[in-house]
Amino acid sequence: MTHPTPPTHRGSLEKREAKLAYIMLIPTFLIVFSIVLGPLLANFWISAKPVQLGDLRPASVMVNEALRPRPKAAGEEVVLRYRVRNSSQGDAIENATLVDTLPDGLIIGDVPAPCTLTNRTVRCEFGTLEAKQRLDVLIPATVEQAYLDNGVRPRDVKAMTDGDAQNVLTSLEFSFDNFRKVFNGAEFWTVLKVSLYYTIFGTAGALVLGLFAAQLLNTSFKGRNLLRGLFLFPYVAPVIAVAFAWVLLLDAGPGGTFNAMLMQMGATDGPINFLGQRAIPYSIFGIQLEFPMALTTVIVFEAWRYFPLSFLFILARMQSVGGEMYEAAEIDGATPLQQFWSISLPQLMGILAVLFLLRFIWTFNKFDDIFLLTGGAAGTRTLTVDVYEQAFAVSNLGAGAAVAVVVFLVLLVFSLIFFKFSPQDDG
Amino acid sequence: MRLTWVTGFGALAGALWGAVWMIVVGILLMLVSGITTQPPVGFALLIGAILGAAGFLILAKFKDRQGLGVLSLGALAALLVVTLFQPFGVSMGTGPFYQTVAMVIWAGLVGLSLQMGLTGYTGEMVSRYRFEVLAIRLLKGLGFVLFTIVVALPFYVMVMTSLKSQQTLLRNPLDFSIDLSQGSASLFRSYIELFTDYNFGTFLMNSALVSVLTVFITLAFAIPGAYAVARLRFKGQALLSRSILLIYMVPAIVLVIPLYAVFSQAGLRNSLTGLLVVYPATTIPVALYMLQGYFRGLPSELEEAGLVDGLSRVGVILKITLPLSLPALASVALYVFMIAWNEFLFAFMFLDDLDMFTLSRGVVSLNSSEVPRQHLMAGSVVATVPVLVLFLWFERYLVSGLTAGSVKG
Repeated sequence: MTHPTPPTHRGSLEKREAKLAYIMLIPTFLIVFSIVLGPLLANFWISAKPVQLGDLRPASVMVNEALRPRPKAAGEEVVLRYRVRNSSQGDAIENATLVDTLPDGLIIGDVPAPCTLTNRTVRCEFGTLEAKQRLDVLIPATVEQAYLDNGVRPRDVKAMTDGDAQNVLTSLEFSFDNFRKVFNGAEFWTVLKVSLYYTIFGTAGALVLGLFAAQLLNTSFKGRNLLRGLFLFPYVAPVIAVAFAWVLLLDAGPGGTFNAMLMQMGATDGPINFLGQRAIPYSIFGIQLEFPMALTTVIVFEAWRYFPLSFLFILARMQSVGGEMYEAAEIDGATPLQQFWSISLPQLMGILAVLFLLRFIWTFNKFDDIFLLTGGAAGTRTLTVDVYEQAFAVSNLGAGAAVAVVVFLVLLVFSLIFFKFSPQDDG
Repeated sequence: MRLTWVTGFGALAGALWGAVWMIVVGILLMLVSGITTQPPVGFALLIGAILGAAGFLILAKFKDRQGLGVLSLGALAALLVVTLFQPFGVSMGTGPFYQTVAMVIWAGLVGLSLQMGLTGYTGEMVSRYRFEVLAIRLLKGLGFVLFTIVVALPFYVMVMTSLKSQQTLLRNPLDFSIDLSQGSASLFRSYIELFTDYNFGTFLMNSALVSVLTVFITLAFAIPGAYAVARLRFKGQALLSRSILLIYMVPAIVLVIPLYAVFSQAGLRNSLTGLLVVYPATTIPVALYMLQGYFRGLPSELEEAGLVDGLSRVGVILKITLPLSLPALASVALYVFMIAWNEFLFAFMFLDDLDMFTLSRGVVSLNSSEVPRQHLMAGSVVATVPVLVLFLWFERYLVSGLTAGSVKG
């Protein structure tokens, strides 16, 4: 008698199960690959091309047709004119063609060179149309009474055009000009530095505020749920709403509420331009230093807007810690601070690490907040804002994609570092 | 020794409370009444310090209610006397009602704060333990005040600005008093104009349409996917369940350029269809992650029983798994709705035509010097209220869903 062993080959039931799983996952795969992973890779492609925003509209053959002079009686000699041009300012079009069906009631004369007439269809093959090139095709014709009667004019049937335009996006030419441009600019390293400042302090701020808020609400009292709901407002409200509310609140002009408050309380003499001033110089012991005003403001906004998230997670973790440990500590005479330091904090380390990791990456990715608050001005341009500025403000898609590639690579490095050092549990 | 310790702490607590409440009440008085006040923070600090010291020395032995009354009355009297009957730096003649109320509130709050700080304190043991309890109580109290104000102030300014007019705000940016006698048509004028002149009705409909459809599309993709990852065995299952969240780390701004290029050429830009392709693609990974976590937690015996009784897999999912997962479905749906409703970048990049605008895009279009501020803020309120109401209504679901394993930045 042999010992029963588990089957080594995959049974049909198992195969069926796997097949079902793949079928259920295919839609997700398709959409994620085409909308997320595809574009991610496409950035590498675009970043190696000298492509401008205007290049997205490819060169095409434009045509305008007219019958001159306007016929009034049967038997008149007229000319059917096609005015053809290349819409592009820089790219040639190869194999440019024009196809049109002529209206009834016209006796067509000699059709000129690149064109041929079969039945009532005109077909012209122009070959290569240089950039901005225009040319006219003139076809003589005689008007019959039928044309005047039936009311169908040449323009009523649209002339079809076609041609192979050189599309920068799909060509096989590559260059590193975009990267050269991005890295050579002295600005790039400033932008990178600002990005790191923003990410580190924004993350730390949101975590510390979240930890404080969780401490506040980790006791039960009347109105606790109300306060918890209120504390989540900044996170739940749309970013445009809160960003514009901050912009108006911090306005340095005559209508700025916060500056008016500070001045009324005697805290400052004149209005502070929280979002528009790059740096406020000050000196300590004779050393001249600068306080990055606008950058600090956007960091404070980031901490304000995202502390609710860390607050929620930390509070949930705190409430899952049993009361017994605190009771035991209480009996042993541990003070509240000792209890926090020796019991709460170690218990929270896991979630704090995970939160730090996630928030760090998301803060680094953040675009909307800074874009809406300052537009990247006054020393607040981060890498993500730079992507937008290069691609859409300067209209250089290639350079924008190059910055996007840098963003992606930096993120990749962060992720590798984090996953190497992050704890395995909690989530 | 003990005496100085407690007195010192009481003075410190009292001073902080006196000053903090004076700033808070003083500013609130300005905002609500429109009176330009000069809150005497220094005096308030001094009065608080004296009361705090006294309270910790003597009043700790009183019963709760008496202590409160004595402290508050003391604060009130002291404030009136030291400021020569100008409690907020202006003559009582301007807005006597508001000033009286504010004064009483200030005194009451100072008394209440001190008294709450004293609760349970008998004036005897001053061990390290006792001290820490008192100090933490003070810090927590100040923390509550600070957090509440910091969180609420921008929203308060948003709502109040939308009800005022730019001229009056430029004249006095601290005057958020509302003149109720003007009638509701005049009070809500900027809202009415948004809907009549600025197409906000269309924007609202577009936002609702896009968000709701995104929720349905996301669920249609994520439910089968999550079920497969949670329950079925196949090659790459472990890898998939771990890496699905990585997709969520990809920043939207990196996707914008290629999608802009492709969508422009495919004619999907400047259409709601384009948004309905992009939004689900970015929310499906999270939704799948949240749902598979929940599906794993369901007892598999129920599903096996269904299979044994002759249901197909699809039947099991429809008749057993989904009805059991309603809470998770609700939280995922809400969360996805929130993301789609609040989304800004793609709406901003993709939409050009006024009839296509979602609320996010619409509010941005109000941010110009030609549109008065109250319209911008009214637009912000219109964009905020639906999502906040929905959130408060289903808060419990959302909070449990969020903390069950997924987050969004």
